[in-house]
Formats: sequence, C-alpha cells, structure tokens
Amino acid sequence: MPKLTIDGKEITVEPGTTVLQACEQLGIEIPRFCYHERLSIAGNCRMCLVEQEKAPKPIASCAMPVMDNMVIHTDTPLVKKACEGVMEFLLINHPLDCPICDQGGECDLQDQAMGYGRGSSRFHENKRAVKDKYIGPLVKTIMTRCIHCTRCIRFSTEVAGVEELGAVGRGEDMQITTYLEKAMTSEMQGNVIDLCPVGALTSKPYAFSARPWELRKTESVDVMDALGSNVRIDARGTEVMRVLPRTNDDVNEEWISDKTRFACDGLKRQRLDTPYVRRDGKLKPASWAEAFDAIAARLNGVAGAKIAAIAGDLCDAESMLLLKELMASLGSANIDCRQDGARLDPKNRAGWLFNSTIAGIEQADALLLVGCNPRKEAAVLNARIRKRYLAGGFKAASIGPKADLTFACEDLGNDPKLIEQIAAGAHPFAEILKAAKRPMVIVGMAALARADGAALLPAVQKLAEACNLIQEGWNGFNVLHNAAARVGGLEIGFVPGEGGRDVAGILDGAAKGQIEVVYLLGADEIDTNRLGKAFVIYQGHHGDRGAHRADVILPGAAYTEKDGTYVNLEGRAQRGRRAVLPPGDAREDWTILRALSERLGKTLPYNTIGAVREKLAAVAPCFARVDRLVSASWAVSAGGGAIEAAPFQPAVADFYLTNPVARASRTMAECSALAAGRMPEKGTGTHG
Amino acid sequence: MSGHDYTPTLSNAPFAFTAENEALAQKHVAKYPPGRQQSAVMPLLDIAQRQIGGWLTEPAIRYIAGFLGMPEIRVWEVASFYTMYNLQPIGRHHVQVCTTTPCWLRGSGDIVQACEKHLGIKVGETTADGMFTLKEVECLGACVNAPMMQIGDEYYEDLTPETAVKVLKQLAAGETPKPGTQSGRHTSEPAGGATTLTSINRPAE
Repeated sequence: MPKLTIDGKEITVEPGTTVLQACEQLGIEIPRFCYHERLSIAGNCRMCLVEQEKAPKPIASCAMPVMDNMVIHTDTPLVKKACEGVMEFLLINHPLDCPICDQGGECDLQDQAMGYGRGSSRFHENKRAVKDKYIGPLVKTIMTRCIHCTRCIRFSTEVAGVEELGAVGRGEDMQITTYLEKAMTSEMQGNVIDLCPVGALTSKPYAFSARPWELRKTESVDVMDALGSNVRIDARGTEVMRVLPRTNDDVNEEWISDKTRFACDGLKRQRLDTPYVRRDGKLKPASWAEAFDAIAARLNGVAGAKIAAIAGDLCDAESMLLLKELMASLGSANIDCRQDGARLDPKNRAGWLFNSTIAGIEQADALLLVGCNPRKEAAVLNARIRKRYLAGGFKAASIGPKADLTFACEDLGNDPKLIEQIAAGAHPFAEILKAAKRPMVIVGMAALARADGAALLPAVQKLAEACNLIQEGWNGFNVLHNAAARVGGLEIGFVPGEGGRDVAGILDGAAKGQIEVVYLLGADEIDTNRLGKAFVIYQGHHGDRGAHRADVILPGAAYTEKDGTYVNLEGRAQRGRRAVLPPGDAREDWTILRALSERLGKTLPYNTIGAVREKLAAVAPCFARVDRLVSASWAVSAGGGAIEAAPFQPAVADFYLTNPVARASRTMAECSALAAGRMPEKGTGTHG
Repeated sequence: MSGHDYTPTLSNAPFAFTAENEALAQKHVAKYPPGRQQSAVMPLLDIAQRQIGGWLTEPAIRYIAGFLGMPEIRVWEVASFYTMYNLQPIGRHHVQVCTTTPCWLRGSGDIVQACEKHLGIKVGETTADGMFTLKEVECLGACVNAPMMQIGDEYYEDLTPETAVKVLKQLAAGETPKPGTQSGRHTSEPAGGATTLTSINRPAE
C-alpha cells in the first residue's frame, strides 16, 4: 500500500487511488470541474493542479495515481498561481451572465471562481459565443457557458449507456451536442443537469422559475417506481419547484430517473382539493362531513363480505395500515394491494423481495431476467446492472420481450416454458448460472401479473434452487416491483384475509353485484369499468381513473405533501417527509381514515403518526428498522396451475405515464409523445 | 458565434460504398480484433470522402456508423475533429498552403497571394467552376522544403509564386504536375549542391 505525504501529513492509501482521492481522505479540498467520482477520469479541466516534489511542473491530481513516497503540496504559492491561471483561462470564454443563469447560486464555476480565482481577467478580446443545441424537452442548453468538462458525455456513455451526447469540433470550437440535435432518449438524462458544473445544461421545465436560495429543501423518498430513490424536494411557498437526487449508495447512488425528476409538475394539475359526492349522477363538491355522511349512510347495514378495498401504487404504509384495520373492523377480508393482479405469495416474504439487494447487484456474476425490462421499470436499478456489466465477467440473459437494456443481454426468447427447461438443466444458460459464484434472477410483473403467475412464481423459485442461486449469505431470487406501495402493502399484510377476495375477485364481485362498496385508496390502475354498480369511495390526490368512477371522493395528499413510510423493493423502509401542504381541503391520508373510522363508530386507536408507526413496527420488523434491511428466510411458494406458453407482454407500456402524478404532468406527456414518435423532434421555439 | 460549422453536408442522396470500396473497407475492419471494428472508422471515413469526391455527407456518416455498429455521434466526433475530413463540399483540387512559421519565413505569404490572384478567390473559397478550393493550413511537416502546399494527395515544395501558379495552371489544364520540389534540387538535399562530404567520391546518380 503506497504511503505518501500531503501537506506534511502522512497517509497510506489503497493502490490505484488518485492523488485527489488521497487528498479528500485527509479532508483537503481540491477544486475540480471534470472529475466526478462516479465517472471515468478525463483530466481535461486542469483545475485540480497540485505540486508534487521532484516533478517539473504541477500535476493534475485527479488523473495521477499515488506512488510510494510521493510528497504533495496543495497550499503552496505555485498551486495558488496554477489554480488562478486555470480559472482565468476558463473564464476567458465563459459569459458573465450569472444574474440570468439558472445555475446561479449553485454553480461550481461561480463558487470556485470565488474561492480560487484572481478576481479579475486580463483578457480584453471578444469572447467566444456558441449556438445553443436542442437535445430534448428536458435539458435546456446555453452552450456559450460550456467549459468542455465532458461530464455529460461520460455520464450518457458510461452510466446511462445510451451514447447520444458527443463533442464535435476541436479546441476552442469544440461543441457538445447530440447527433444533429436529436432529442436524447435515455430515461436518466436529467442527471446531466446535476453533473454540469456550470449553467450550460439546465432543467428546461424549471427554467427561470426559482433561485436556489428561495427554496425550502426537504429530504424525502421517491414513489415513481419501486426503487425508493432518495430525493430532495425543493419547494417555494405551496409549490414543489423541483425534485433532485440525494446520495444513497445502497439505493440510487446519486442518480434519479427522469420520471422522478420531472413528473413534479403533475402535482399541480388534476388535483382533488375538496371532497366530492355524486348526486344525480354528477360529482358535486361537498364538505368533509357531507362526504363522511354519504359513506356512513351507504355502509349502514352492509355486510362485511360485501365491502372491499384496493390500495394503489403510491400509498404510504401508514394509510394502508389504517385502511386494513378499518376494513377488519367492518368485518371485511376483501382487501388487496396488488392492483395489477400480481400472484405474489403474501406468506412468503423472500418470494416478493429483491433479496440480493440493489447494491448486491455489484457482486453478481450472472443474471437471468424473467419477464422484466428494468430499463423501463426501474431505470436507476438498470444503471446499477450496467455498472456491474461494465466491470466485466458478467453474463446476462433475458426471457421476455426484446429490449435494449444498455448492457449485453442474451435474448433467450420470449417463451415462459424456458424457465422449467433452465431449472431442469436442459438449457445452456443453466450451466452459466451453476458455474457462477453469485448468480441472480430477476422476475418482473410481466410474468407474475399474468393469469399463470401463481405457477410462474414457484417455477422461478425452483429454478433458483436448482441453479445454485440460494446460498449461504446470498439469495439470488429477486422480484422487480413497479409500484412504490407494493412491498409496503405486502409487509403490512394488505392482502385478502381468510375467505377474502383478491383484486380479480373484488372486480368480479362488483360486476356481479356481490360486492356493494369498494374503497379505492389511490387505486387507478384497475379496470374501473368492471366495478359495476358498486358504491365506490376514492381516496387519493389526482382526478384520474379511480376518481372518475367514484361516488365519494376523499381528497388525500400526494407523496410530497405527507409524512409517510415507503418500503422499497428490497424491503427497506424509508421515510418520506412533507415538503408542502396538501392543496385546499385535502388532508394527509392516515388522518382521513382515522376521521372516517370515528364517523363510522369504529374509531381506530391512533391520534398521532407516531402511534401509527409504533403499530407498523409491531406488524412487520422492517418498519422498526427504517433505512436498513431485514433479510427474509428462503422458501418456495406453493402456487399452482400450469405455465402457459403465451409470450410475456411488457409490464410498463409507457415509461413516462405509469401513475396519476406522471399522467397529470405536461412534461411527461411531452416525453411520452416524443418517445412514441407522436411529436416532431424539435420544439417550435415558442417555449424554452 | 463560433467560427466553425461542423454540420456535415446534408443530402437526400443515400450513401453506400461501391463494391470495390466495400472490399477495401472490409480489409481495414479485418485488421482489428472482433468487436473492435470501430477502430477502422478513420480509414473508412477517408474511403467515403474519396468516393464522394472530397467531402463527407451526413448520409455517409450515418452509413459508416451502421457499417461499424457504432453511434452516429461517435463517427461525427471523429469526422469533425480531424482537418483532413471535409464536412462541406470542396473543389476538385484542394489547395492547402502551409503558412506555419518555417514556410512563412520562406515566403508562404507570397504563395498565398499568388494563388489568390491566379484563382481569383480568397482563402477558404472555391472557384466558380468548382475546380479549386484554397485553404491555409498549419504545418504539414515538410519544413525543410518550405514553402510548400498540398494539393490532393501530393506535396509541391520549394515554391515560388511563379512555380505555384505553374502547378495550378497544369492542374487546370488536366495535366499532372511533378510532385515534390519545384526548384530542381533532389528531394531535400542542399539547394546549391553538397556542402559536406565533398572530398569523397559520391555514388553516381
């Protein structure tokens, strides 16, 4: 292990560490623009120059590996002069437009010019000006500000795995662009906005709408997919202005998908801000008391077996727990949180978790995808698989629809019968799995939400056992969920009780008149036409499919407007925090259920969210260990039926429109239209 | 705005290698290990440029990207980086006069002027008949025979304004001027005859 001296302090570091990283380990800050710890090293901005004894000139610390007995100085006049020189060069062609720049206030160039610059320039000639490029509806470009750090190019090439951005020309004339200004297609392109150290790439939907120092920052959790990406919600007044990633190496590293980042304008549209009651066939605004009265009147005398509840994709665990207990007190066992009809076994925790964990992907050396497209279903998780693929020695194969996953993935065909073949060792990929040290399988909702899902689940579990996926200290069986609420619902046990109906049973019952009252807790992804003549109570935040069919609407809070616990696909409970207040008369969801229970004479014993969380912790251990993981013991689910030969259909048809918030978002609608080819490539120039 | 426009010539005419060029391209691809065929991008761009007549069109860039299985932007990056690829149409004869210091000290300014006067165009322009495009370039590595210019694949060295114009006239007339030095000396030997090793017998030419 090399030992070196930095500013008189000795440090021993891992071989292969760079001088810059060694300095960071000692807490010495080295200015940088092109260097980023999650991207390859470019060494082109020269901002990180430090002095190395016996070297003829300053060295770029980001690109210099440490060597034994190196002596580094970061605080000498030479280093100061070098930094000032580099800074002065960078600013030669950088416009002085900070007052109108969206990066202003959170700009690396601004900050480092203050910290390391000379304060004035000796350059009196004309500055370079560069034409702005169109690279899609999400990322705005002001290319004159570009300092050629190439972080965006390296991100799209390495992390996103879609080689779209490049640099044409050379020297001062180098320009960042996509091929002939085509829109980027990556589901993670928004991250280049965060990576850009200057204001060259900024958020198009957020352009000119707020200054960073005006924003109230709330650390929270994303609900757009089941990954539970850690986010920061920036709000001003009652409005969510933007969503940014927070670093969590176990979950999302520091990336988020475009849906997570840009769907927040959907929080301002199509909102349910007052209760509604259907009178004479029309939904009319009402007071909370009137809405509760209408529910109480309808529920009066209805047998528990004729009442049902379905929890949607974005629900917090607290509200699901209260709804479950309310339904139990009404004598109903007809509850289900699997609104897509996924045939998950509620009794077998290891059968619905992503057991290998997201960070565990990096240990895997063979991967079988069954009926899932991680790029569309969990874009950031897909980036993790790609990261593993880039490290080498990784074999992946897929049973399912053909898709470009950004990593080399052998297409075994879209035949569900292959699962049994691999399990029986009658397929070449079985040998690859068996030979691997840490093999894993990811099964998606395209498989489990099918009619034969109950047969597919144990089939994949048997494959896991047969191919050595279940080892001491390693569980290679993984389920890829598409909904942020799903695992939380399963942990709580928001599933049919003894003799209760599941989603399909509830819809059948409603169509046949056997179910008279259906409570939809943010459930919009069901076929509402099949609810028949049932009395539908919809509690949620957006006027989407469920609300359109409802007889009573109880306006709830979106994920940015309530404190809530969400369990991600690994079984990691994480706390979302309230960034803004719900609009109008809308309330936090658990309080609505608490109030309704009182009106129905079945008062639930919770007066504070703390009390609800205590109960949650008693119900399932994951809620007692927030932010940490509770592993599950392995078992094969009973299941039943036979696997059908029909090919898998994609679980996510349109990445940009998977939930009510995204469907209300104009930005997402634009992305969706662009992705489907329903929109011309370039904007009309009337906006942004 | 920045001086250069790197957009390749947009064209509706689809591009494909001729059978002969395709065979040549495959020969270049075969030089590299399987999966590394992208390494052949530079010779392939050159083949395409020659086939088109001296410049690259957008369909050609797309074609090569498809040919090598690489993103279009990566091919465009290469084509825009190197000055030997022309992204805009040029005349039949690409006259590149070196004006870097050694050539300049030896009178390259006069050569440029003579070319401009003879062709009736300024540097960077193409003659109306499409025969000549005149450009100033940086060092072409023939300093010992300065001043010099490159036309097509050939170097014309030891120029005077008169010999430079003579070369251009020969090209206009469809003749092939003798490449290399125009002063009569042998390659880059001393202009006035040998100055060293004069006492020993030199082998006969």
